[in-house]
Amino acid sequence: MDRLYGTHKPTNLVQKSILAVGSGVMSILDPSRDDMISIFGETTGVLALKSMQEKMIVDPEGDEILKKRPVINTKTVDLNFLKSLPAGTLGKEYSNFLAKYNLTPDARRPVSFIDDAELAYVMRRYREIHDLTHVTLGMPINMLGEVTVKWFEGIQYGLPMCALGGFFGSVRLGPRHTAKYLNLTLPWIVRTARQSRLFINVYFEKHWHKPLVEFRRELNIVEPPPKL
Amino acid sequence: MFLRSLLSINRCSLLSLVRTHSTTSNTTHFGYDEVPEHEKQARVNQVFTNVADKYDLMNDIMSFGVHRVWKNYFIQVVRPNPEWNYIDVAGGTGDIAFRYLKELNRFHPSSSSSVSPPEPSPQTTSAESSEKALVYPTSKCVVADINANMLAVGKQRSLENNLHDRIQWVETNAEKLPFHDSQFDVYTIAFGIRNCTHIDRVVSEAYRVLKKGGRFLCLEFSQVNNTLLQYFYDQYSKTFIPPMGQIIANDWKSYQYLIESIRVFPKQTEFADLIRSCNFRYVNYENLSFGIAAIHSGYKL
Repeated sequence: MDRLYGTHKPTNLVQKSILAVGSGVMSILDPSRDDMISIFGETTGVLALKSMQEKMIVDPEGDEILKKRPVINTKTVDLNFLKSLPAGTLGKEYSNFLAKYNLTPDARRPVSFIDDAELAYVMRRYREIHDLTHVTLGMPINMLGEVTVKWFEGIQYGLPMCALGGFFGSVRLGPRHTAKYLNLTLPWIVRTARQSRLFINVYFEKHWHKPLVEFRRELNIVEPPPKL
Repeated sequence: MFLRSLLSINRCSLLSLVRTHSTTSNTTHFGYDEVPEHEKQARVNQVFTNVADKYDLMNDIMSFGVHRVWKNYFIQVVRPNPEWNYIDVAGGTGDIAFRYLKELNRFHPSSSSSVSPPEPSPQTTSAESSEKALVYPTSKCVVADINANMLAVGKQRSLENNLHDRIQWVETNAEKLPFHDSQFDVYTIAFGIRNCTHIDRVVSEAYRVLKKGGRFLCLEFSQVNNTLLQYFYDQYSKTFIPPMGQIIANDWKSYQYLIESIRVFPKQTEFADLIRSCNFRYVNYENLSFGIAAIHSGYKL
């Protein structure tokens, strides 16, 4: 098999199986190995990516994303411009989010083990909008916030890594968070994931100036539950 | 049949190219890639910096522990002697050197006290440039490696094994050792020579630092002598080793390099010819595991 895109590492079925099982085990044994989590997602996610691709094609904005293939990194997104936007807009909140948690959009691992260039792009897009998903849903980076976002992504996209992450991640919540999770967050996020627009179809880069409240209404997202 | 002779002709011509032109040719092999010579060293350095921490674990997993058997047997062939000056080149994490010293402990227990002179010399000497003066070894067991990370792992392991004060660690290029001529009785290099840019220079340098009557021993991956086994070995290597490298060491590329570098290394007879061409006598080789690895030996007489 030839390399179909820059970071592609062609693999056969046996190699993918080894990677899938090995990365699954390593993700649990050593959760700090984020590369294992990425690889697990890539090796198990092809069916889900295909279904995501089909849903993108039928949506006008999603189709535009597939054609233009925008990427989100410090070269393509002007962070200073985002910082200058009024408070409460998507761009400003995103900029605040990155600054608060000391993140950069460059930190996403490249896709290597998906043997189709377009599906590899869909995977990449999914990774790059993860932080924006956090901002749009109003979820922080703590364990509860991550589990919530994983549930959301798992329901919307069907990626096994997200579903498993959401399900098993919740086991590790502390008692205070577990109570909140079961009573408030989980019902809210499941309802939101099912009724809101598919985030992979959202061309976030066109909506920086939009106030978050309006943006959420457009996507059919109910306001998130109050912080603890 | 024709194809195999054609391939062997290619390898022979490659080897003669290495032999006659290695000091002037511009490119060399980095696995299957053709790279400028000065780049190979940097790339190999990068490989070993990346894999140093998980090097021993990966060896165990890839070879199912068989590398230990090979190395134990290698030391049997060496037959350590407490009076010898011993150097292990590309010996990074210390596998061979530790086995050497433990074998000495077992059969010559009285020699296990430290024999290094009480100079406050730094434990790791770095002698890169040729302008620096050549030195004498300060220990009867020297471990040399070009990569500082590998040496660091080795030093840590030597502390755990209580062999720390019997080893002199040297960071150096095998093609240009910082020692005077005729210092060592035995020179070993295990699974290191295929990573060197100029194999012939490494062997010549070995010749230089060995005393008269000294022995050169090389344990290295080689070519399998059985076609059926070759097929399974290739399949195993390509299918298992890079993914295991990704999972355990987070490094696909380095292990891809590993399996490629094994395949481009000259076969047993050609490597033996190369050693002979560096003036070693009584050169022969012994296959291990059907040629997956081989021990080459030669004497300076």
